[in-house]
Amino acid sequence: MTAAIEINAVEKRFGNVRIIHDLNLSVAQGERHAIIGPNGAGKSTTFNLVSGHIAPTSGEIKLNGNVISGLRPFEINRHGLSRSFQVTNVFARMTVWENIRCAVLWATGHRYAFWKNVDNLPVVRRRTTEILEDIHLAHRRDVPAGLLTYAEQRELEIGITIAGGANVIMLDEPTAGMSRAETERAVALIRRLTEGRTLVIVEHDMGVVFGLADRISVLVYGRIIASGTPEEIRGDAKVREAYLGEEAH
Amino acid sequence: MIDVTSSAPVATIEPKGQRLRFYGIWVIAAIALVVLPLVFSSGGSLTSFSLIGIAIIFALSYNILLGQTGLLSFGHAVHYGIGGFFAIHLMNAVAARGWPIPLPFVPLVGGIGGLLLAIVIGWVMTKRAGTVFAMISLGIGELVASSSLILRSVFGGESGITTDRTALPHVFGWSFGPQIQIYYLIAFWLMISAIAMYALTRTPLGRICNAVRDNPERVEFIGYDPHVVRYIAYGFAGFFAGVAGGLSAINFEIANSAYLGAAQSGIVLFATFIGGTAYFFGPILGAILVTYLQLGLTDVTTVWQLYFGIIFIGIVMFAPGGMAGILMMHRPLVRAGTLGMIIPSYLVALIPTLALACGVILVIETIARYTQGEGSGAIINLLGIPFNATSPLTWFAAAILTIGGFFVARLSWRRIAEAWDRATTVARDRGYLA
Repeated sequence: MTAAIEINAVEKRFGNVRIIHDLNLSVAQGERHAIIGPNGAGKSTTFNLVSGHIAPTSGEIKLNGNVISGLRPFEINRHGLSRSFQVTNVFARMTVWENIRCAVLWATGHRYAFWKNVDNLPVVRRRTTEILEDIHLAHRRDVPAGLLTYAEQRELEIGITIAGGANVIMLDEPTAGMSRAETERAVALIRRLTEGRTLVIVEHDMGVVFGLADRISVLVYGRIIASGTPEEIRGDAKVREAYLGEEAH
Repeated sequence: MIDVTSSAPVATIEPKGQRLRFYGIWVIAAIALVVLPLVFSSGGSLTSFSLIGIAIIFALSYNILLGQTGLLSFGHAVHYGIGGFFAIHLMNAVAARGWPIPLPFVPLVGGIGGLLLAIVIGWVMTKRAGTVFAMISLGIGELVASSSLILRSVFGGESGITTDRTALPHVFGWSFGPQIQIYYLIAFWLMISAIAMYALTRTPLGRICNAVRDNPERVEFIGYDPHVVRYIAYGFAGFFAGVAGGLSAINFEIANSAYLGAAQSGIVLFATFIGGTAYFFGPILGAILVTYLQLGLTDVTTVWQLYFGIIFIGIVMFAPGGMAGILMMHRPLVRAGTLGMIIPSYLVALIPTLALACGVILVIETIARYTQGEGSGAIINLLGIPFNATSPLTWFAAAILTIGGFFVARLSWRRIAEAWDRATTVARDRGYLA
């Protein structure tokens, strides 16, 4: 079976600064894959490379077997990859309902249609309703997204990310800044919503990472130094030395 | 994939009453447009209504860019102007060659002219939003306006190109000579354009335009190319601006370089912003007010542009939501039944605020008349009271009204703010405010 994501020898430079060196990573279909590493290791850059936010300087990225490196974000999204953002990135003046609905429109084939009444699309309406229920924001559907609480905005962010039905979901620190209770809720939500899909997650909370991931890759200074199951990563001497050493206990 | 067959409850469809009320508004608007000239039948009001109708279409088309898609254009009048010239040339060709095209179709050709220009210049312009778009629009505006003076055969130079609207084939015995017939022609196109532009906001494209306005970066990650979204929106804005320009050409029987210029682009920005960009009806209010002021103020004062500037600055600083924003602020209070709590404070504030306004007007007019010399007349007529601009008594009155009015008005504004706090607290308790 082709890997959901395959990163081959990707390098990214900003001017003379090399952020990502020879990055190689393979994420299998249906796997929950966490990328961990210290601050500045290049985790967010990796996300930006895969989702098309920035283009790699060299190397190749494949999504379900198709080369996507160099494509624009919306093209990659149409190939079935959707990502969330570390800093909440919603449509602030539009209501919760509108936010989710916008994220459903392309995937349901309505694209740039200017001859259809958007309130009169049953499939869109049904999907939007379902996602609102899934992310527990149905009671806030008419509130502008900018007025939601922080935790609610994070949930909306996840909702927008999964709304298009992409089969590869990338979440960038979905629980950052959340309380313990909110984190637990968010993890349960992520687990449920990504059922049957491929998930790539960047996370600092080791509890979340080890609880959620099937496989973990450790990124240090723009290189993957280890990749394996949570047990393998826990036992890896290089990882303990480079990263977990200070944070594991 | 998401399981779309699950049994989650489908969101309730809008209640029938709401839908009826929605159609009711359009029907009432149509009836008002029909009845208006019967109530106010003087030639002057017919002319005013015609101009207001054109201004509304133009401002609504501008709001497709500013309010819906978040594009601040300083050159929207190029589409208005091109629409006007398309219409003029078509009318002259129809008259010369005897084509069977009656006048009511001419604005459509104006719209096509505006759309064609948008298709040509739009792709480059809409590549980026924000400052880049604003600057390019300014440049394009200047480019088209200056070329209108160079390409004399197309734009007719400074004098423009004239036409005779009655030379076109008549329909239903209408010659379209009398202003009343032109008014109804404009009202017809106003209804069609307003409904079409409203409907546009309720389509998938219209919703995505809002998303592009709020967050173009995020739009890329839900499958949309914001450049394409902006380009299509620009096309629609160009089309309806062209319709307005075509109607203007019919109304005045002339198209000249003023149609395309920066002043025309400024006026539409001004009207749209004053009316309020966040609501569909905002630009309608703005277009009515600005056209009315334009027509009314120019007769009364020589410095009418100064008043425009003051109003604009006031709106930008104190009510960035425009007139529509101010009105809609009250909606939750009306629903919660707490509007009565703030009305008294409004009435109290009215008197000192009016005094302040009179004071400011008196100061402006006194200075204007005084510096312009005796030629323009030294007597200022304010609220029926004649003031002599050269008399110290007038200066004294102006100073008292302005300074005294300001201090008293400031106290009364504070009371409005307090009343607002109380009213919104109650409204929030009753669940009408988030």
